[in-house]
Formats: sequence, structure tokens, C-alpha cells
Amino acid sequence: MSITSHEKLLHVGGVTVRFGGLVALSEVSLTIRPRTVVGVIGPNGAGKTTLFNVVCGFIRPETGDLSWKGRPLRKHRPDQLAGLGIARTLQGLGLFGGLTVLENVMTGAGRLARTGSLASLLGTGKSARDERELRDRSMAVLTELDVAHVAQLHPGALPYGVRKRVALARALVSEPELLLLDEPASGLSTGEMDELADRIRALTEKTAVVLVEHHMDLVMRVCDEVVVLDFGEVIASGSPDEVRVDPAVADAYLGTAPEELPSA
Amino acid sequence: MLNKLPPVVVHLLAALGCLVLLVLLTFAADPFTNLRIATVGYYLIAVAGLALLTGFNGQVSLGHGAFMFIGAYTVALLVKRVPAFPIWADLLLATVAGGVAGLLAGAAAARLRGPYLAGATLALAVGLPAVTQRFPELLAGSNGLSFTVNSQPAGLVGTIPSTQWQAWIVWLAVLLALVVLANLARGKLGRTLRAVRDDEVAASLAGVHVGRTKILAFLVSSACGGLAGGLQAFLLGTAAPGSFTVALSLSLLAALVLGGLGSLWGALWGAIALVYFQVWTDDIAEVLSLRSDISDNLPLALYGVVLIVVVLAFPAGIQGGLRKLWVRVRRPVPSQRGEAS
Ligand SMILES: Nc1ncnc2c1ncn2[C@@H]1O[C@H](COP(=O)(O)OP(=O)(O)OP(=O)(O)O)[C@@H](O)[C@H]1O
Ligand SMILES: [Mg+2]
Repeated sequence: MSITSHEKLLHVGGVTVRFGGLVALSEVSLTIRPRTVVGVIGPNGAGKTTLFNVVCGFIRPETGDLSWKGRPLRKHRPDQLAGLGIARTLQGLGLFGGLTVLENVMTGAGRLARTGSLASLLGTGKSARDERELRDRSMAVLTELDVAHVAQLHPGALPYGVRKRVALARALVSEPELLLLDEPASGLSTGEMDELADRIRALTEKTAVVLVEHHMDLVMRVCDEVVVLDFGEVIASGSPDEVRVDPAVADAYLGTAPEELPSA
Repeated sequence: MLNKLPPVVVHLLAALGCLVLLVLLTFAADPFTNLRIATVGYYLIAVAGLALLTGFNGQVSLGHGAFMFIGAYTVALLVKRVPAFPIWADLLLATVAGGVAGLLAGAAAARLRGPYLAGATLALAVGLPAVTQRFPELLAGSNGLSFTVNSQPAGLVGTIPSTQWQAWIVWLAVLLALVVLANLARGKLGRTLRAVRDDEVAASLAGVHVGRTKILAFLVSSACGGLAGGLQAFLLGTAAPGSFTVALSLSLLAALVLGGLGSLWGALWGAIALVYFQVWTDDIAEVLSLRSDISDNLPLALYGVVLIVVVLAFPAGIQGGLRKLWVRVRRPVPSQRGEAS
């Protein structure tokens, strides 16, 4: 089975989410094709994170439907996502403070484990081999992201940029087909952001990425397609160049003239 | 070479070593001390179970005495009503009974958090022993059930005191249960429990079924409580509601905090403290010839004071303090290590 055979990896069709009187998403549709990077941008409170929460099954939309590789995703739970091949980083990092960096990443690799809870409870040799494999894989991902030296430390004491990499490693270790990144560049230095851009582009060999981000240069640089949300509505979508000159987008961003938007 | 073996083998070997040491120790100890050694044993497994639930998984239970109650009455009823069962089967069923109760409690608890969970478990500890009043025929009301367990093999009767034999049985059961807990703590499940404790959203995104994990923690933890209660009944030959007060539940939790929440070792220090505080304060009360209304409350008061002092000095409990000490002993000049790496 190859992912190239699926024209649509993820499809979001006409999703509406309301919180009381507030319309967080209104008839939002979106298609993610394999090995592409789609940017989702918009001002604060536009509904970007809510969109991720709908995809992940944390929020049930009022109307609309989702499908994954052509199959409807209905009443799915967040914990089923990793098994499908969807991984996500959280806007607030969400690292496990009481676990070492390595353990954090190993937790993300659970999808690849072949032995179950009972084997773990009985401490069988098979479960131990499984653990060693998860550890090796996790170390490999940490090495790839240049943070292997903090593997045995707890994330709380680490610099923010390092923690962001750990969170990314935890999402990547499960080898997802779709990666949802919620503001991966916030708090990063310019150098770190360049590195992140290269890394996201490199990911597209195997993985599709949805990138929620406020840093326009990063978005314009790495995305194949950009979707702009404002007050829960899709106000524009298209290639980075098309979106950059869209007057509606400029309006949404506090009336900034299009030419003042940062260019790639 | 040791780390090539499956974890269960390593843990079983360690348990066997401990058992041999303990058996030797019981030969050196008088019957009273052996009773205390056995008591430390069943408190250890109760606190270790609580460590899993509260320390590893972050679910605070103020009612673990209730599961001990269930275990104790399971053993008492089985000994009295089904005398054909061997004691190991009674203890196994006490563990199962505790686990089943925990499964039900855990299913309810998975929907509760923080103060609500603590309140619900507290209600369990208050309410459950009261069922003895509802079924006075079966459970003998507040007097409780008394019985004798003839578990000692005929060949050993008379050669060693019965408390020594009982200490062996208790520790055999405790060490076997600890092997399971150690497997769990060191493996994938232990990591999953802690991940759920730290961040439920991130854990579920990593593929962890949060509700199921919490229920599993409750199940294993209360099975340990059931075993502990069963061992207590076996040791004392009674099961009475007065042994399973809210004070018991609270002291189990206090023992855990005192010993250290993060590891199973903490449970050992906590259990030792739980038993020996009682002993020492009794001694102090006797030496000072204190009035009984003062001496009765002395253990709890002293326990509280020590708990506060230890937690202020070592927030991670006795085990946390020991670990700090160990790190300092092993690495006297940490700065040089830092440069090397
Ligand atoms: N669980 C919730 N209950 C009520 N309102 C919510 C909830 N989650 C989000 N909202 C509201 O929905 C709107 C969209 O929020 P969302 O977090 O999706 O925005 P966002 O685009 O991710 O913003 P930011 O860039 O600040 O992260 C906001 O007005 C927010 O206050
Ligand atoms: Mg957001």
C-alpha cells in the first residue's frame, strides 16, 4: 500500500464549530495531499488550533465531516490518531515534565510497540526487546534533531528551543504520514527558524505537514499552499504568492497593505 | 549480562535474594519483631500499590483502606466458610476481590479529578466498613470476624514460632506482588502511567487511551490493597471494621509521601516508618508514663511532625533524599564531569 495512491490524505469538509455564541469555525473545508505542506494562518483566535482539535477528535464539529485516506473519520478519539499515522505538536508543548527527554520521545513511539500491556506487566523478554527498540529509535530521532545530549534530562530545565525540538521529536518518532504543527516557530531564534524550515521541507519526502504559524516568512518559505482563517472562516487560500497579494488577507491582518507583508 | 535477561527474571532473582535475607533475619528476631517484620510487609504492598496510583499516575486516593478492608474480609470469609481452600488461594482471591473493587472505583474515578476524586475515595473509606453493620450475621458487625489459619505445615509446627512462619508467607506474597509492580514500573506501562499524570492531552495524542490507563492504575493498585488486607487478616486472625478507619487510609497516603512518591523504594521507607513510629511512640509513652488519651494520639502527631519536616527538607521524600545523597557520594566533583561531556 503506498500513500501516493491516495489523492487526498486528509479531507475536512464544511466543518462548523460553535462555543456558545462564538463561531470558532464556520464551514471550513480543507484538503491535504500526501507530502505537501499546507499552512494555516490567521490572526489570534481565528480558529487554527480549534481546527486541529477537530481533526484530532478533541472537539466534535456541529456540522461537516472528515475523512482520512478516503475513509470517513467519525467519532474518532484522539488516542486513535497516532495509530492512523497522524501526529501533532501542541501550541503549549505539552511535554511530560516527570519523564526524561528520552522517555518523552519513547512515549510518542508507542504506535511502533509490538507487545501489549500484559507483556509489560509480566516483564517478558519480548517486551524488553521492544523497549530497547523503542529506545534506539527514539535516540536516533533525538540525534537527528541535535538534542541527543539531553536525553537523560527532564524537559523542565531545558531552554525553550531545545524543548520545542523534543516535542517535535516525540511527534516524529512515530513516523507519521501527517504531521500537525501548532506554532512550531514561536520563541525560536532566527537561526533555529531557518533550521526548522529546512527540516519541514525535508520531511515532505515521507510526510504531509499542516503548519499553523504566525511567522509569515516561514510560512511563505515552506508551504505549498496556504489557507487563511479569520473569525473561523476561510477568507483566502492558494499558493503563498497568491495569498500574499490577496486584499482580504491584508484586511484581516489589521489593514496591513499587501506589500508590507513580509516576503519570502 | 544481567541486562540481557528479561526484566521479570532480574526482578525474581532480586526478590529471591530479599526473601533469603528476610528468612535469615527472622531466625535472629524474637516473635514480636517477626510480627513487626510481617506487618511492614503488608503495609509495604499497600503503600506500593498506592505509589502506582498516586505517585505514578497522579490519582489521589484517600480511601485505600477500603480495598484492604475488602481483602481482609475476603480472607476471613473464605477461611471460615470454605476451609478447604488453602491460604494461598484465599490470598489470591483477596487480591482479585480488591482488584475488582478497584476496577469499579477506577471506572468511576476516570471521570473525576482532583478534589472530586479525593472526596469520592474518602467516602469509600468511610462508607465501606459500615456495611459490616448492615450484614451482622455474615460480617459480625463491629466485632468483626475471628478465625484461626492453620497454614503451617505439620512438620514445622513446634520447630519455629508461628509468627516466624507467618512472616515468611507474608513476605513471599509481598515480594511476588512487588515483582509485578517492578516490571510495570520499569516498562512501557510505567511510562504510560506517568505520561497520563503529566499531560493527558499530550498522552492521548501519543496514542495512549487515557481512561483505560487510569482504570488500569486503579485496578493494580487496589489489587495490592486487597492483598495487603488479606495478609493482615491472615496475620492477625481477625477482620474487624475498626482496623480500616479513615485514619488508616490517610496514614497510607502519608507513608507514601514520607517515603517518596516517585518510586517503589519510597513505599518501603514509608511502610517501615508506619510500623516503627507506632512502636517508638508506644515506647516513649511507656517511659514517660503518659496518660492513655495522650499516648493513643502520639503516633499520629509525631508522624505528622516528621512528615512535615521531611517533606520540607526533601520534597521528594526519604527516597528523594537518599538519591540526592547517592548522587553526591558517587560524583564528588560534578564540575569536571560537566567539562568532559
Ligand atoms: N474550548 C473552548 N471553549 C470556548 N471557546 C473556545 C475554546 N477553544 C477555543 N475557543 C475560542 O475559539 C476561538 C478560536 O480559538 P483558537 O484557539 O482555535 O484560535 P487560534 O487561531 O489557534 O489562535 P492563536 O493564534 O491565539 O493560537 C477563540 O475565540 C477562542 O477563545
Ligand atoms: Mg492556536
